Amino acid sequence: MSALKIKKGATSHSAYNLRPNFSDVVERHTLAVLVENEPGVLARVIGLFSGRGYNIDSLTVAEVDHTGHLSRITIVTSGTPQVIEQIKAQLGRIVSVVEVHDLTVEGASVERELAMFKVSGKGEQRVEALRLADIFRANVVDSTLESFVFEITGAPDKIDAFADLMRPLGLAEVARTGVAALSRGG
Amino acid sequence: MTRKMTGAKMIVQALIDQGVDTVFGYPGGAVLPIYDEVFQQNSIKHILVRHEQGAVHAAEGYARSTGKPGVVLVTSGPGATNAVTGLTDALMDSIPLVVLTGQVPTFMIGSDAFQEADTVGITRPCTKHNWLVKETDKLSGVVHEAFHVATSGRPGPVLIDIPKDVQFATGTYTPKAPSTSRYQPQLKGDLEAITELVAAIEKAKRPVFYTGGGVINSGPGASQLLRELVEATGFPITSTLMGLGCYPASGDKWLGMLGMHGLYEANMAMHGCDLMINIGARFDDRITGVVDLFSPKSKKAHIDIDPSSINKVIRVDIPIMGDVGHVLEDLLKIWKSRGRKTNSEAVAKWWKQIEEWRAVDCLKFNQKGGTIKPQHALARLEALTKGHDRYICTEVGQHQMWAAQYLGFEDPNRWMTSGGLGTMGYGFPASIGVQMAHPEATVINVAGEASWLMNMQEMGTAMQYNLPVKQFILNNERLGMVRQWQELLHGERYSSSWSESLPDFVKLAEAFGAKGILCSDPDDLDDAIMEMLNHDGPVIFDCLVEKHENCYPMIPSGKAHNEMIMGENVDTQMVIDKDGAVLV
Repeated sequence: MSALKIKKGATSHSAYNLRPNFSDVVERHTLAVLVENEPGVLARVIGLFSGRGYNIDSLTVAEVDHTGHLSRITIVTSGTPQVIEQIKAQLGRIVSVVEVHDLTVEGASVERELAMFKVSGKGEQRVEALRLADIFRANVVDSTLESFVFEITGAPDKIDAFADLMRPLGLAEVARTGVAALSRGG
Repeated sequence: MTRKMTGAKMIVQALIDQGVDTVFGYPGGAVLPIYDEVFQQNSIKHILVRHEQGAVHAAEGYARSTGKPGVVLVTSGPGATNAVTGLTDALMDSIPLVVLTGQVPTFMIGSDAFQEADTVGITRPCTKHNWLVKETDKLSGVVHEAFHVATSGRPGPVLIDIPKDVQFATGTYTPKAPSTSRYQPQLKGDLEAITELVAAIEKAKRPVFYTGGGVINSGPGASQLLRELVEATGFPITSTLMGLGCYPASGDKWLGMLGMHGLYEANMAMHGCDLMINIGARFDDRITGVVDLFSPKSKKAHIDIDPSSINKVIRVDIPIMGDVGHVLEDLLKIWKSRGRKTNSEAVAKWWKQIEEWRAVDCLKFNQKGGTIKPQHALARLEALTKGHDRYICTEVGQHQMWAAQYLGFEDPNRWMTSGGLGTMGYGFPASIGVQMAHPEATVINVAGEASWLMNMQEMGTAMQYNLPVKQFILNNERLGMVRQWQELLHGERYSSSWSESLPDFVKLAEAFGAKGILCSDPDDLDDAIMEMLNHDGPVIFDCLVEKHENCYPMIPSGKAHNEMIMGENVDTQMVIDKDGAVLV
């Protein structure tokens, strides 16, 4: 993993890893960006993406090291291999960025997202929603006589699938956190 | 040792500790406490500019000509927003600046207070880094960190926004210490990659060094190493606009500047080479032209301290991340230890080819008749200032390209121009900054009349500090480069590209108390230039030149390096196809 880590001017070894193939295929990558948690740091990262025309498919951020004041920003982005390499290099150039990891290429990783679904309905629809929620291991966190709020965690695909199923059953509102991701192993 | 003092005093103390001798600025309500401290000391000279944009460009001129960071002090709101063009200019050209802005008191931030602007928000994309300091205790540490960030790695402008209450409050001063910053860019290049480049150098048949501003930013030592490498290998060398002076123009390996208005031999060598060694340049679009046709058959090596420059525009075969000076040192060491080999036979053949291109004499011009050709004016300026301790600034446009073509630079840090951003109005304030740093030197700003007018208020600054900057204006009463493009690309419809009511520049100079010289006759030119050089004080030199001269050679947009158009026998109509017209 460390071989592919780009950090502050990059390690000498990563010079080779920056050799891209200039393919036109758009890839989806999950980046974990460790930043110093100071005012405006999120704006720097987001401003980089908007200013240089990169995509953000999902973004989450929270402080993960309270003593070191480090926040972890997980960004799911898409682009050609050349664009992905540029994004990583540009992120590495931001002074407040401590580390950039491309979880998509740095070996196996797990991705999870939390979502809440409000489903309104009566009678059979309501029962069906509850049955499907059980299959998906979604929890009921709020209930009225005419609605449920389900809480579900999982890979984004699973949440998409659950949303598709809830739609005909009276899906009223969705809130999603965006992806949090970690590499597998030690 | 720590000491208690006010935030305002801390700023001045931190600047002194950082070795700052000159600050360019303009006061206002939100920085008055700092100005009060500036008033009560003698270590730092404050230069009162006439517009905050001028302050930033002056600091850029100071920085570029000394290698030290330039320092700017301006107020909140309009003071900060006026600095934005200069910040962007410095970011594009990697110039180290520390800009201090006043801010409304912390308890008024966000209330739309008088002269409030979201300065860190506005300048986030146009600085390398910026800070809003809300606690006086943190202020001196941030200033020291700011100097570290501005000058480390790829240099750039940084900004510190300081609310007025933070300036008034008392806190603990932290002295300058070895940096504990997390920001530590890597200087040494990967030895494996450098060895790969050495192997390529040993085999190359048609090599070329393509150098840029990174060589100059790496310091005079890097230029020395580059010269040694060029002489030892015997390879030809060209440079971008930003890199002029890293190798002497009088050197026999020098091909001249490359790019859109670069020399024929330089661009042809770039197009035809089999090994391109990019040292501290960034494949800017003014250099590459259309990317798909750029130097199609070469192996490319790229030495750059900024990983994001590598493979951004042009895919390279041998990327080396590191500081130019450090990498060149290792490169020379490895190349020498392997026996200082080159394919000298093939390189000699390559030089024969280059000599043929050189023989085209692409900068040839014909000075005839009673009107001064701009090229002639610069050729004479070059001849008459050759032995001087000379610094050249420029504005942006045709005159800038002509200056790059016709003036020769023997050393780094002698050439101040706005390359990346192309900021009209850069040159005059920059010349003020250069003259401040080098009081005895001949400082000349080669200008066009339109660019020069953009920051002409700085005449007041030049007069106030008796800075003998020479404003050498090539006056064609046109926005020359705009006019040229309109002629080539827009059917000669000269939309808003000439000035109908220009000032009388001699009277303008006199109004400021300076000297004005008008020259329109080629026969008077030498005497007039000498009069300008011999005058001890600021001079506005109004050189009336040929109004419709075009700047050649030129790679038309959408064309490759081997498809340049030249000054003589040019069919200027429709040489550029429609695909090229969308490029700027």
